[in-house]
Amino acid sequence: MPTISVDKYKLYEALGRKFTTAEFEDLCFEFGIELDEDTEDQERPIVNGEQEPPQLKIEIPANRYDMLCFEGIALNLNIFLGRTKPPNFRVVEPKDGLLQTITVSPEVAKVRPYVAGAILRNITFTKDRYESFIALQDKLHQNLARQRTLVSIGTHDLDTIKGPFTYEALPPKDFKFVPLNQTQELTGETLMTFYENDRHLGRYLHIIRDAPVYPLILDSNRVICSLPPIINGDHSKITLNTTNVFIEITATDLTKLEIVTDMMVTMFSEYCAEPFTVEPVKIISDHNNQTRITPHLRPRVTHAEVDYLNSCTGLSESRESLCQLLSKMAYVARPSDKDANLLEVAIPPTRADVLHQADIMEDVAVCYGFNRLPRSSPNRSATVAAPLPINKLSDIVRIEAAMAGWSEVMPLTLCSHDENFAWLNRKDDGNTVVKLANPKTLEYQVVRTSLLPGLVKTIRENKSHSLPIKIFEAADVVFKDPHAERRARNERHFAAAWCGKSSGFEVVHGLLDRLMLMLRTNFVVGSDGSPDVKPDGYWIEELNEDTFFHGHAAAVWLRLGGKEQRIGEFGILHPSVLEKFDLRFPVSTLEINLEVFL
Amino acid sequence: MAPVSADSAGDLAHEVLRALANTDQILSTEAFPKVPFETLKAALDRLSSRSMVVYEQIERQEAVLEPEAEQIVQHGSHEARVFEAVHKALGGLSIQDLETTIGDKNVTKVGQGKAFREKWIKKEDNKLVALVDSIEDVTRSQLRFIQETKSHDPKIIADLKKRKLLNTAKVISFKVSKGPKFALEIVKEETDLTADMLATGSWKTANFKPYNFKALGGHQVAGALHPLNKMRHEFRQIFFETGFTEMPTNQYIESGFWNFDALFVPQQHPARDLQDTFYISDPKTAGRPGPTSADDKQNYDEYFENVKQVHENGKYGSIGYRYPWAEEELVLRTHTTSVSAAMLYKLAAQKGPDGRVPPVRYFSIDRVFRNEAVDATHLCEFHQVEGVIADYGLTLGGLMEFFETFFAKMGLTDLKFKPAFNPYTEPSMELFSYHKGLKKLVEIGNSGMFRPEMLEAMGLPKDLRVYGFGLSLERPTMIKYAISNIRELLGHQVDLNFIERNAAVRLDKD
Repeated sequence: MPTISVDKYKLYEALGRKFTTAEFEDLCFEFGIELDEDTEDQERPIVNGEQEPPQLKIEIPANRYDMLCFEGIALNLNIFLGRTKPPNFRVVEPKDGLLQTITVSPEVAKVRPYVAGAILRNITFTKDRYESFIALQDKLHQNLARQRTLVSIGTHDLDTIKGPFTYEALPPKDFKFVPLNQTQELTGETLMTFYENDRHLGRYLHIIRDAPVYPLILDSNRVICSLPPIINGDHSKITLNTTNVFIEITATDLTKLEIVTDMMVTMFSEYCAEPFTVEPVKIISDHNNQTRITPHLRPRVTHAEVDYLNSCTGLSESRESLCQLLSKMAYVARPSDKDANLLEVAIPPTRADVLHQADIMEDVAVCYGFNRLPRSSPNRSATVAAPLPINKLSDIVRIEAAMAGWSEVMPLTLCSHDENFAWLNRKDDGNTVVKLANPKTLEYQVVRTSLLPGLVKTIRENKSHSLPIKIFEAADVVFKDPHAERRARNERHFAAAWCGKSSGFEVVHGLLDRLMLMLRTNFVVGSDGSPDVKPDGYWIEELNEDTFFHGHAAAVWLRLGGKEQRIGEFGILHPSVLEKFDLRFPVSTLEINLEVFL
Repeated sequence: MAPVSADSAGDLAHEVLRALANTDQILSTEAFPKVPFETLKAALDRLSSRSMVVYEQIERQEAVLEPEAEQIVQHGSHEARVFEAVHKALGGLSIQDLETTIGDKNVTKVGQGKAFREKWIKKEDNKLVALVDSIEDVTRSQLRFIQETKSHDPKIIADLKKRKLLNTAKVISFKVSKGPKFALEIVKEETDLTADMLATGSWKTANFKPYNFKALGGHQVAGALHPLNKMRHEFRQIFFETGFTEMPTNQYIESGFWNFDALFVPQQHPARDLQDTFYISDPKTAGRPGPTSADDKQNYDEYFENVKQVHENGKYGSIGYRYPWAEEELVLRTHTTSVSAAMLYKLAAQKGPDGRVPPVRYFSIDRVFRNEAVDATHLCEFHQVEGVIADYGLTLGGLMEFFETFFAKMGLTDLKFKPAFNPYTEPSMELFSYHKGLKKLVEIGNSGMFRPEMLEAMGLPKDLRVYGFGLSLERPTMIKYAISNIRELLGHQVDLNFIERNAAVRLDKD
């Protein structure tokens, strides 16, 4: 969730009253934003000899792009408090009817296909407004625009450049310009090198670096206004004195392009000579049917069902009072003339988060007050509870193991490849283990296929514990499974480890016997009975696997309904295994598959 | 206590009793000067535990003669010995003769100097002659006094200590007197009631040693359950009490489809970043959603298409996210809600007695994975507690009412509900509870009603509403056991002593 810093007392001034921190916190809570921090009583940085005024740091829900700046927060809270009506955002064409245009070259399809434009006429910047204007671009770039990959914004002093504009794509060698706040001219190629180690811009270069052509916004004199999504030209940069702002926005995603454009102009059109008006720009893009005038700023009109709004919220409000409630969230709603169950709801261009009447219904609940909503019984229908069979089974085994004097541990599911294989003297056949693509740490490379690594690591980390150590775990391991939809499946295992001055081989063997007894599984000798009537039960056979000390390991076999399968093994860990896990005392382990007992 | 020392202490104990027979009080330094301190104390403790004697421990500093001082007591001080030798020899002694007479070079050297300074002797024609007829050997008499009494005027002690003739040592002794049960014989005391005593009836006459009620009892070789699983048990219990069925969450690997797409999480959502989600490199791709058993007759292709459409173009009254949607790869599930989604899709094919999709309550408590940097409050894996309630005519107030009941079972009351954002629930609501220890509202969970875009794509009826809620298992456990570092709770770095000693959870109690 983005956190926005706003000047505390300027916000209170904009809201027309002072708040105590607790009061403001309550307002945020009710609205659904969160006051993260009030810096009033903190040490604040001193910039140019002046201490930064107290800030409120407010957490904004990830879908409220219209609250990523001071202006948006103040506007939405004022509407919520009933102090202002939702503004009527308007597109106003110039008196001579001649729109600025951006002509799109088909070449840009190769790198960044879409563009939109808008002009803020006769805007008055102050230091605060200017900084907020820059900060909003940054927040939109970071959040909705996914680090400028989807959308990027360029803002220009319109009085320094001259339309009509073009959006073109040129090979990086074929153009040069002075980037923002630089003095030397750079070509597309040299610019990439120039900004390579730039802390701020370096991370955006990859978006176009390897493209055959780079996107450019040019004016009628071939002045390069910007190289999206990297940087603007120095020539057209805006200052505190700029009065006419040309905004061009380029994108790879049309929906996000429209949202970003709407946010930029709605938030700052407030400061235009005629507030909440925007001069549109004509985009000429016939090759992909995107010729249009941007932005349109028309509210999206939709319908909301009165019975739906009321029944989800548990209210029984009239159509009129629902409309009244919705006005607190910037909607303009009115009862439909055609259908007694419908509201006609105009969703302002600022509310890009509204996708469905469910969103409108939530706003009814917010405006009414979540904590004031009428309570109803959640027990409309009776249901019957049931545990998941594998969990019930493993809980039985867990309790029995604990009653036998073993302590339960819960190591992690993720481990390194070595811990799962090489350190246990086991081989990766390529068909067993699920591997992670992007772990942040080398500790987590695979999803375990055995509970042993976690158990022995737990012993390693508990050197100060008195001996013997007796621990167990009943949990899932994961195996690749080409036949499964997710190409992998979990398997519930039980494992135990003993660590002491002697090997404890017979102790883990005894634990196996105890668990089998509790699971009603008899001990049988492999060759018992005639071939036709072999009794069900378990038996063990000597096992030669490198994980274990030779001659001191056994495979556990189970015959159930005549079906014979190996369900696990136990033994004294091989001294070379102990060495790799840095264990100084003998360790015996037991691991079995529990799923077979379901 | 080894039996041998008990025996010797037994003999000594009898000696102590005999020593006290005709007197009210003895001092151990007088009565048993040779017996080592520990042995004597064992005997006295044995007697005092039976109230046969009472004793008091006395600690004092004692002056002890150094070997040189012992020699002085025996032979006289160096200077006295020099004087005696010179005085005895008529006509004086040469220095060489003096040394021969005394037979100790060091004594001769030191004593000579001192005797000169005391003006007892002088040198005359290369010979030493006596100046006085007799002398008083003060050092010797001081040391002799100390040898007998172990003390002296502190000034003298300090002086002699400086001359390295004395040392002081802490000496512990005992002042012993008769106790209320004083007797000359020790009656045998039993420490425990045994089967033999029951058989012979000797318990009737036996004397039992008093039990030490101030000490802890014997060590138990106990097994233990992990505190996190104890918390899980409490939560599970509450879910069972309120009619929830456990979901099959034993599926850590998920497709992007079930983990995100089915939940109407757009593909450009930050949660789907490599920064937050573990993607799988092997196996490489997921299968498309399809039947999970032979009798699974649901139309998965249609469902897949519905999900694609609601993302790309919108459907079910939603304008959708309007972006080109693509099939996604495998992930380690980031939440158990992926399983809830699969369960809800299965629910769409079920029919209750009235022919409609039946109301259900589902829950799970299982592991989820996030590709986070590990620190005190973040691990790459943790446990999510998840609940789902599907029913007709559910309201947001009903969800709040449910939470009041659910959390009251954990002793949490006065809940507050805050509007929030979550891609797959609308309305979304964060739950807060006032924490008495931290003296502020703390977030205890997230909840909401699943979006129509998610439910209607599954084919669930429009009027069936579904609550979903989630909380972490680790957080309440850390608060319960006052743990500040999550690595002390989950993973291999956990202290086994902590697991073995932590108390039962009992959420309804404090």
